[in-house]
Amino acid sequence: MSSVAVFSKASPFDALQRWLPKLVLAPSMFIVLVGFYGYILWTFVLSFTNSTFLPSYKWAGLAQYARLFDNDRWWVASKNLAVFGGMFIGITLVIGVTLAIFLDQKIRREGFIRTIYLYPMALSMIVTGTAWKWLLNPGMGLDKLLRDWGWEGFRLDWLIDPDRVVYCLVIAAVWQASGFIMAMFLAGLRGVDQSIIRAAQIDGASLPRIYWSVVLPSLRPVFFSAVMILAHIAIKSFDLVAAMTAGGPGYSSDLPAMFMYSFTFSRGQMGMGSASAILMLGAILAIIVPYLYSELRTKRHD
Amino acid sequence: MNAINRLAVAISIASLFPLSAFAADSKGTVEVVHWWTSGGEKAAVDVLKAQVEKDGFTWKDGAVAGGGGATAMTVLKSRAVAGNPPGVAQIKGPDIQEWASTGLLDTDVLKDVAKEEKWDSLLDKKVSDTVKYDGDYVAVPVNIHRVNWLWINPEVFKKAGITKNPTTLEEFYAAGDKLKKAGFIPLAHGGQPWQDSTVFEAVVLSVMGADGYKKALVDLDNAALTGPEMVKALTELKKVATYMDADGKGQDWNLEAGKVINGKAGMQIMGDWAKSEWTAAKKVAGKDYECVAFPGTDKAFTYNIDSLAVFKQKDKGTAAGQQDIARVVLGENFQKVFSINKGSIPVRNDMLSKMDSYGFDSCAQTAAKDFLADAKTGGLQPSMAHNMATTLAVQGAFFDVVTNYINDPKADPADTAKKLGAAIKSAK
Repeated sequence: MSSVAVFSKASPFDALQRWLPKLVLAPSMFIVLVGFYGYILWTFVLSFTNSTFLPSYKWAGLAQYARLFDNDRWWVASKNLAVFGGMFIGITLVIGVTLAIFLDQKIRREGFIRTIYLYPMALSMIVTGTAWKWLLNPGMGLDKLLRDWGWEGFRLDWLIDPDRVVYCLVIAAVWQASGFIMAMFLAGLRGVDQSIIRAAQIDGASLPRIYWSVVLPSLRPVFFSAVMILAHIAIKSFDLVAAMTAGGPGYSSDLPAMFMYSFTFSRGQMGMGSASAILMLGAILAIIVPYLYSELRTKRHD
Repeated sequence: MNAINRLAVAISIASLFPLSAFAADSKGTVEVVHWWTSGGEKAAVDVLKAQVEKDGFTWKDGAVAGGGGATAMTVLKSRAVAGNPPGVAQIKGPDIQEWASTGLLDTDVLKDVAKEEKWDSLLDKKVSDTVKYDGDYVAVPVNIHRVNWLWINPEVFKKAGITKNPTTLEEFYAAGDKLKKAGFIPLAHGGQPWQDSTVFEAVVLSVMGADGYKKALVDLDNAALTGPEMVKALTELKKVATYMDADGKGQDWNLEAGKVINGKAGMQIMGDWAKSEWTAAKKVAGKDYECVAFPGTDKAFTYNIDSLAVFKQKDKGTAAGQQDIARVVLGENFQKVFSINKGSIPVRNDMLSKMDSYGFDSCAQTAAKDFLADAKTGGLQPSMAHNMATTLAVQGAFFDVVTNYINDPKADPADTAKKLGAAIKSAK
């Protein structure tokens, strides 16, 4: 075999080599540009038209937004999102971090226990919603079980109570997502430098204090990722509501994603649906952009 | 490259070429989008398909299951926007006029068939107006459902000591009380929004009469929607709601119908498609179950008409197929088979006047008699809860207000009537 010459031929293949990564990524970038940003722009345009059940391009100014603000159902959905999102993210973080800290204590059968906590993540939201709908059903589920076991005065009818049904959504969503957050934090905890902990122990800090003041602050990137993921699950929650309560009773457990779907597709009010979608986008951007900015800015200083 | 690799490459490249199915000797292909996918409905559609194919056309089935047509309508809209609508699609009520106003429906293809088969005299005026746009036929009606029925299990009534089927709201409440005392569920009801609104429009029809119903739910007159009659109707609705199945929230209608069939509940307010549940359980009309008009509405008939609309096609060859489908749908054989399977009555006036000769059961015969009678007196009204009276946006506004009213124990009828007026005004 002759040895290959060290200096390669110039041009075509070199240029190809430089351009190859860009070429390979180009289709995905194109799809993201068109499919994601392009359609967001289209929705934005549609929210200023008077589209009913097919897109039309007659300019209607801010009329759709005005109608949206007059709509009682939209306000209920927005309030539900704030309550559901806030409680879901908060409770899941607390439960996830607590479980991760407990599992980090070098216990026996850690792998087995970790798998059990992670299992709910494998279910789709539809299955979670349906299963919890049965569990929380007043006549058939936990309600009846505890009464049959002897606790006569127990009543868990949150699912059919318009004021409390959001909490049922929170229960089901927290159950599903806690395991995943626990896994994220466990991975983060495993990456913490043991020397810091030993130094803190020499200083006389108790274990809870070590976790609270030393370890958790160093896990800020994990918190950041966890909040991003949970916020995105909370805002796009459609399948959970559809499976569990279908927005009911009445429309007291409606969420913006479900509102947008039913107004755009089932009720033929595409203009209003687009306006609601743009408002949802605005809400997300209002939260994510400052958080992103603050987190990435800190990183650069490290 | 060895032989296997070469074969694999050859197959991959060959599969890139589109394989088109050649329908030999076909006079044309028509694609039909519909949602008749349950057992009895599918049997009826197969009759239509067989006849159309016997006439020499190719039937391309575009069945989209589920959601009472919501999924099918979404599919239809995406195809229409993409410029590729099917030849025929199942669209009903004011949606037909909305689609026609976009220019997507074909106003010419049914002209000749309508003239030959004399559709104007074969169909009641209200029925033919539903499928016309600007005086031209753009769709063919398939069947007529009556919505204001009350289904009764006579065994349960006997056990509770009720001797007469209720004909007024007072008798309805008395029967409900007796059923409650005997331990039965008085009114089986799955609290989904469309079911709540079905009960709402039945109560409105009973309290405000056919004229009041028309003014409020069809003409959307603000005075009728917020006036004292509507407040009275809402108060009665609250009373009816106290007899509803407490565990039924969010249940499908057929599960609740099952409760009446099994003898756990006494009554259900539902359209005549409920008959298919009874027939599937091998019950006989008049003996195992009874159908009466909702108390107070025996001189009124709220209808729900299924229809197939024809779309403009780029390929002019499908026109003959569309006309054939329209002809077969209004033919006596299909009308009989479809309506018997679905629990409805035919659209043809000549068939409606001699229902017993076709083998329809007693409920269908009563429905046909009432249809013909109410058509003359103005008691024939489109059903709001089933998208026959208004656009989907207005219907959605009704659904929201009514279902919230029924589910809120502190709701005030006068307040709700005002909310109703405001919601309808903003949705119009």
